[in-house]
Amino acid sequence: MSNASGDHVAGFAELTKFIHAQPFDLLPQLLKGAAVTIEITLITAVVAFVLSFVVAFVRMAPLRALRAVATAYVEVLRGTSAIVQLYYLFFILPAFGIAMSATMTAVVGLGMNLSAYGSEVVRAGLLAVGAGQREAAASLGLSRVLIYRLVIIPQAFVVMLPSFGNLLIDLVKATSLVSLITLTELTFSGRQMVVTTGRTFEVWSLVLLIYFAMAYPLALGVRFVERLTTRFR
Amino acid sequence: MFDFPFLVQILPEMLKGLRVTVLATLGGYGVALVVGLLLALGRRSRNRAVRGLSKVYIDFVRCTPLLVQLYFAFYVLPSAGIRFAALTTGILVLGFNIGAYVSEIYRSGIESVHSGQWEAARSLGLTSLHIWVKVILPQALPPMLPPLGNTLIGLFKETPLLAAITVVDVFGAANGIAGLTYRYTEPYTAAAIILLAVSLVAAALMRGMEHRFKLPQMRAGNPGRDWSGAG
Repeated sequence: MSNASGDHVAGFAELTKFIHAQPFDLLPQLLKGAAVTIEITLITAVVAFVLSFVVAFVRMAPLRALRAVATAYVEVLRGTSAIVQLYYLFFILPAFGIAMSATMTAVVGLGMNLSAYGSEVVRAGLLAVGAGQREAAASLGLSRVLIYRLVIIPQAFVVMLPSFGNLLIDLVKATSLVSLITLTELTFSGRQMVVTTGRTFEVWSLVLLIYFAMAYPLALGVRFVERLTTRFR
Repeated sequence: MFDFPFLVQILPEMLKGLRVTVLATLGGYGVALVVGLLLALGRRSRNRAVRGLSKVYIDFVRCTPLLVQLYFAFYVLPSAGIRFAALTTGILVLGFNIGAYVSEIYRSGIESVHSGQWEAARSLGLTSLHIWVKVILPQALPPMLPPLGNTLIGLFKETPLLAAITVVDVFGAANGIAGLTYRYTEPYTAAAIILLAVSLVAAALMRGMEHRFKLPQMRAGNPGRDWSGAG
């Protein structure tokens, strides 16, 4: 028993030694940044997901003015860069009396940017469901809401899934942009560590590897889902 | 709130930035087309190590942010004795980044040619050069054009990131003006409008071209993707 716990302590000592050895002594600080990156990614993903559906449905609204507004939203957000949009929210909105925290700016900015692409994914998914499905559901006497909820969206969602996965990967990478509006996520932590330690090679290599560790499982997931969905269709 | 005379005053500076943006876009695209070709060939190589390396490169580039790749190239490579001007570094990083995406476009274009075409060409006794030039590429190239055009527009929208490594493109020019005058609205609005105008015109040109050559529709849900933060 004492032997086992002694081994345990030795193992722990090994681990702490490992973490304090170069270049891994940089890890704790960087991982704290990575936690912020994950947090922002998750919150933004939810916001962007909901917005994508809203924008996609507004683009199909019966009112022409509404459709035009949604189209303009998509075109402007896709036509300019995410970083320019973030700067706009961060530096210019306060001048008009709308001040948001850096985190809020990041979530709103990235969420809106991503929703422009997401709404196209939703639209393409909805269009991919054959017209016969809609007609069959209507002839069964389902209401419009039920047609969407029970028939169209479940089928469209399968089509959308890989594209949404790719957008999520894009989002993980896009969160690096918010380091430029002073948010202490992974990339910003990297910049701080470079300033305090001067070990540029180790810091930026680790930052790249941590991003890879976050995004690559998602990429594998997308590939897996793609294979599944093509088999089911 | 919005000072038009000031906007007119900064416009020449912004347009100078646009020149750099366009240079970075075209330069980066040229590099990307070549890097993409090498990667696509690498993935079809008979050598297993070459195949594996190309795949690792593509996966790694597509799963890390462009901004961090830029930092790596700009701050780390000089200590290894590799020194370029900021703009050159930016063009190379953009090219090596987008090249990973371009190689996938090449690949899916080549794979979209039915395997019967290969078999038929081979059974006619064509040499492999002839198979590529006369049979495969004429069928593989047209479906590549829309995604390649979208990639060019996507690349254009990535260029503002070069400002983070001190390149004075449109966005860098806006940063400079904002830093000197503490006026943010006009320079960033100008930057946004310039970027929007160029990418909308480019997208319209693309659509016109697709229509004219009756090219197949671009992949659903993938129009003119902004490869945000590298992807």
